[in-house]
Amino acid sequence: MCSLPVPREPLRRVAVTGGTHGNEMSGVCLAQHWLRAPGELQRPSFSAMPVLANPAATAACRRYMDRDLNRTFTNTFLTARAHPDDPYEVTRARELNQLLGPMASGGAFDFVLDLHNTTANMGTCLIVDTAHNVFAMHLYRHLQMLSPELPCRVILYKLPKEESGSLNSVAKNGMALELGPQPQGVLRADLFTRMRALVAAALDFIQLFNQGTAFPAFEMEAYRVLRGMDFPRTEAGDLAGTVHPQLQDRDFEPLRPGAPIFQMFSGEDVLYEGESTVYPVFINEAGYYDKGIAFLQTEKLTFSVPALSMLAPAPTPGP
Amino acid sequence: MTSCHVFEDPIKKVAIFGGTHGNELTGVFLVKHWLENGAEIQRTGIEVKPFITNPRAVKNCTRYIDCDLNRVFDPENLGKKMSEDLPYEVRRAQEINHLFGPKDSEDSCDVIFDLHNTTSNMGCTLILEDSRNDFLIQMFHYIQTSLAPLPCYVYLIDHPSLKYATTRSIAKYPVGIEVGPQPQGILRADILNQMRKIIKHALDFIYNFNKGKEFPPCTIEVYKIMEKVDYPRNENGEITAIIHPDLQDQDWKPLHPGDPVFITLDGETIPLGGDWTVYPVFINEAAYYEKKEAFAKTTKLTLTAKRLCSSLH
Ligand SMILES: [Zn+2]
Repeated sequence: MCSLPVPREPLRRVAVTGGTHGNEMSGVCLAQHWLRAPGELQRPSFSAMPVLANPAATAACRRYMDRDLNRTFTNTFLTARAHPDDPYEVTRARELNQLLGPMASGGAFDFVLDLHNTTANMGTCLIVDTAHNVFAMHLYRHLQMLSPELPCRVILYKLPKEESGSLNSVAKNGMALELGPQPQGVLRADLFTRMRALVAAALDFIQLFNQGTAFPAFEMEAYRVLRGMDFPRTEAGDLAGTVHPQLQDRDFEPLRPGAPIFQMFSGEDVLYEGESTVYPVFINEAGYYDKGIAFLQTEKLTFSVPALSMLAPAPTPGP
Repeated sequence: MTSCHVFEDPIKKVAIFGGTHGNELTGVFLVKHWLENGAEIQRTGIEVKPFITNPRAVKNCTRYIDCDLNRVFDPENLGKKMSEDLPYEVRRAQEINHLFGPKDSEDSCDVIFDLHNTTSNMGCTLILEDSRNDFLIQMFHYIQTSLAPLPCYVYLIDHPSLKYATTRSIAKYPVGIEVGPQPQGILRADILNQMRKIIKHALDFIYNFNKGKEFPPCTIEVYKIMEKVDYPRNENGEITAIIHPDLQDQDWKPLHPGDPVFITLDGETIPLGGDWTVYPVFINEAAYYEKKEAFAKTTKLTLTAKRLCSSLH
């Protein structure tokens, strides 16, 4: 396992983005608040820039206008010649690539933290590309240690041979912060307060790193995405059932072969027929219905993360 | 004691509406299922029609296309000259009024159940439009008794200015069914199973009534709408405070003067004013941000219905 290069310099160009999905209200409301009053995002070594990522979808209180912005930061979309008929999000992705990127270039932002909500019962979770992202893993540990009573989990969401297309992929490093459950279009004070505290802690971590703090090696668990699982459907493609009550709200809990996963409208149960235990996440997420995903299956990994310090020599490879 | 009795004609025509709001998925999928497999909702002697009221909003999984279908069944909108320039939902309302109405006529549907979801923590809720409707008070009492110990609340929208022109209002007996909490655009099995039970008991009530069963006098507790409360806003109309964590999810519970209601982005708590205890409902409903409604204040009342039996017996 090779680790991604750890930053050798302080992270000075940092952005916090909200409203990437226009109806995920915690990030929308925080971004709008910080655009008016950015003081909260300042640290001695840097000032994070607030960005409202999808203003048209935010104004309409929709996930997106033409296509999912958080799947649009791919080489193909970003480099194709601009055309007046381009979907709104393709144009907006290019603007954000100018602002925060260009992707995979030396001029890109050092870190982007992208704020999301889910309707699934996922609590606090960080979505990171791979376990090799040592900086992100230490950021996770910092957040977890601040509030040990509330689990913070890491989802590794890089599918093989696929560009993620995520907004934070335009920066040199980044992650998505996902809080749930919260319905689309609703702003809950508990999640709002929690997201605000987590962003503050993430910026504090970057400050600590910038001032030369060394972070020791540690062991951790994360959930690596294996595949999506669609709803049962009729011949016409409509839903024929929904998530089983015994699976609903059980994100991150083990799902064993033979356990019920769907309840058909006709009353029967559909059982999980896989051969091994998996850990479902994003169970019954509203934004995934049109992607044909009832939940994602993940596997639980345990691995060690090398020590982190701006001044330290290159970290030793993990397992 | 005939004077204590209410005699009503047997119920012949019943409709079950889903998708009046296209992203409230329980009604959408129950109605779609019943359109294919209707045995569950058939009762001898009664014509029960499942119907998708706003198919375009259902297709887009949005509340509505041009305007809220559940607010346009007033004489003005229903009487507008049909034209392509009318909002989609106004045209659709006229079609629905033609199929299941006309409103306030002899030919209209007897009972319409209109299926909704809320993002608020309201559990099973029946919406009553008229406090003197003995038939529906008896029906709601029957549903409550059948669902127990699962609570089922009754929301009364009988109010000179706050009552709105619902889709179901074209029926002689309009019944709103609202089950939550469920986010827009998702389908929870627990919520679906609860709504399905409400419909079953409601149809059983009608069937029993038609057969001649007598229902003794009964009382139900209802929550009557008093006032809608908006979020605090700045001069640009932007929300400056959100529902306080102590109030979130506390629908139907007493809220006393001085109790926290909102919290500003700076952490300042805004308490309930006034001198009376109220019962808040529709707390933090997603669809009501644009309607400028953070929650509705209700007051608790008891309604009584006379003995009920079908006039055939
Ligand atoms: Zn509704």
